[in-house]
Amino acid sequence: MHRLRRLVTRVPVRSAPAEPDEWAIKAFPVPRPARWVATVVVGVLIAMLVHGLVTNGTFGWGAVGRYFFTPLVLSGVRLTVILTVVSMAAGIVIGVLVAVMRMSPNPLMSNASRLYIWFFRGTPLLVQLIFWYNIGALYPKISVGIPFGPSFASFSANHVLTSLVAALIGLSLNEGAYMAEIIRAGIMAVDSGQIEAARAVGMHHGLLLRRVVLPQAMRVVIPPTGNQVITMLKTTSLCSVLAIAELLYSVELIYARNFETIPLLVVASLWYLFMTSVLSVGQFYLERHFGKGQSTLMRLSMARR
Amino acid sequence: MPDVSSPVSNGATATDDFVRVVKATKRFGPTTVFENLDLVVGQGKVCCIIGPSGAGKSTLLRCMNALERLSAGRIYVGGDLIGYRQRGDRLYELTDRQAALQRSRIGMVFQRFNLFPHMTVLENISEAPIRVLHKDRAEVLEQSRTLLARVGLSDKERAYPGHLSGGQQQRVAIARALALEPRLMLFDEPTSALDPELCGEVLDVMKQLAHHGITMIVVTHEMGFAREVADEVVFMDGGAIVEQGPPTAILEHPAEERTAKFLSSVFGRAP
Repeated sequence: MHRLRRLVTRVPVRSAPAEPDEWAIKAFPVPRPARWVATVVVGVLIAMLVHGLVTNGTFGWGAVGRYFFTPLVLSGVRLTVILTVVSMAAGIVIGVLVAVMRMSPNPLMSNASRLYIWFFRGTPLLVQLIFWYNIGALYPKISVGIPFGPSFASFSANHVLTSLVAALIGLSLNEGAYMAEIIRAGIMAVDSGQIEAARAVGMHHGLLLRRVVLPQAMRVVIPPTGNQVITMLKTTSLCSVLAIAELLYSVELIYARNFETIPLLVVASLWYLFMTSVLSVGQFYLERHFGKGQSTLMRLSMARR
Repeated sequence: MPDVSSPVSNGATATDDFVRVVKATKRFGPTTVFENLDLVVGQGKVCCIIGPSGAGKSTLLRCMNALERLSAGRIYVGGDLIGYRQRGDRLYELTDRQAALQRSRIGMVFQRFNLFPHMTVLENISEAPIRVLHKDRAEVLEQSRTLLARVGLSDKERAYPGHLSGGQQQRVAIARALALEPRLMLFDEPTSALDPELCGEVLDVMKQLAHHGITMIVVTHEMGFAREVADEVVFMDGGAIVEQGPPTAILEHPAEERTAKFLSSVFGRAP
């Protein structure tokens, strides 16, 4: 104790550490044997995986290379992108409408919106898709006219609702239910003081939503929406059951003929991985754009602590 | 106005009752925030409202630009009935856009600044004149820079609010309210969220405004400001105006016991 105090008082006086510094920290780290074991186990597993990928002929890497850019696969990729973009766009529009309805003071509106979300989140998407595919059995004719009154024109459901339209309707309506909840969370995350300030400077409701609430809600909405896009891209593979030639169904068509099942599934997986990776990069830049003025605020408040 | 059957004749433009609160009552469900309030503020005057928290000061202020709706009574600013249009003895609610336009002529400064965090300082100030009043953009930007200079923040026009201190943010908020050339400025405890050493810069800007002859209603706990700048001090407690008068009278020789008690609690001892 006495020695220690003497040393402490000496520290500031001492200048350049010419002799080996007795205050330098040269402690032995806590031994972590479990970490070494885990490293070895994971290393061996990775080696086995790589070995298998290289030596197992069934992967058929030659076939993978051959089919990667075939026209049928490429058109499948294109249709997958179209399905994703269209149903995501429609889903976001539906989501905004349903979210605004959900926050309406009118109980009929908010309950209708709640019912919508309950139904579309509560039933499997695969069931919904098959349902839309078979909607012609339930409503053979689609009429345009006055509700409960005369109709001006009518179409055969099987004619209008092709499997592609059925898939788009199914995906969009389902996505709308999820997006509604994401957008509602975003709007609720905006400080009520912001709305008051916007009203106080004379903004009417529409202007306030467009200029103050939505840009700030975006910051909260974008990360989960990015996840939704990535999920949607993969979910479109469900449309293969409706015989829509998106990516999965395209490779299925090929391997039904030549039985190179595994290489073609690898082709599809690599395409899905490539597209989701591109989307992740896009999401990063979008987040950075809508975080302006805010991320720095967070950084500053962290630095002050 | 052709009608005289209304409880109070409106259309008054006389400068000594520029702001007129008549028999104002506000209830939230079963609780009454204030009841039967009457208050008159002359044009170009500075009125400070003081009182313990929960007295209804902020709610009264928020009713003056229709952020809250009165349960009963009327508020007139410059002769215009706030929140409604009167035809004969009937009231019609203003539409969203009409109410918005009415609010744009009344500036409001909040306790927590409420600057738009996704806009720069200059955008915060110029947003409403451009989007609400549809003024010429270049003209608005020039005027906004002048206002920034007036609050002493010319070098911050490109900063985001998150980069500014509380005092600087509040000065930007004042400039934002002034950009609409309001005929009345409402301040809702503008220094209560600030560190003590930052209050001065905000109060200085407010004093400067008072000398320019803008009508101001200020809910505040800054007794020094009230004494120096106010033309009239109103003491509110329990949803009622207990007493009002010139600052020296209210702050130094309060007639009511409740006022004296409140003041001694603020100053830590009897003044």
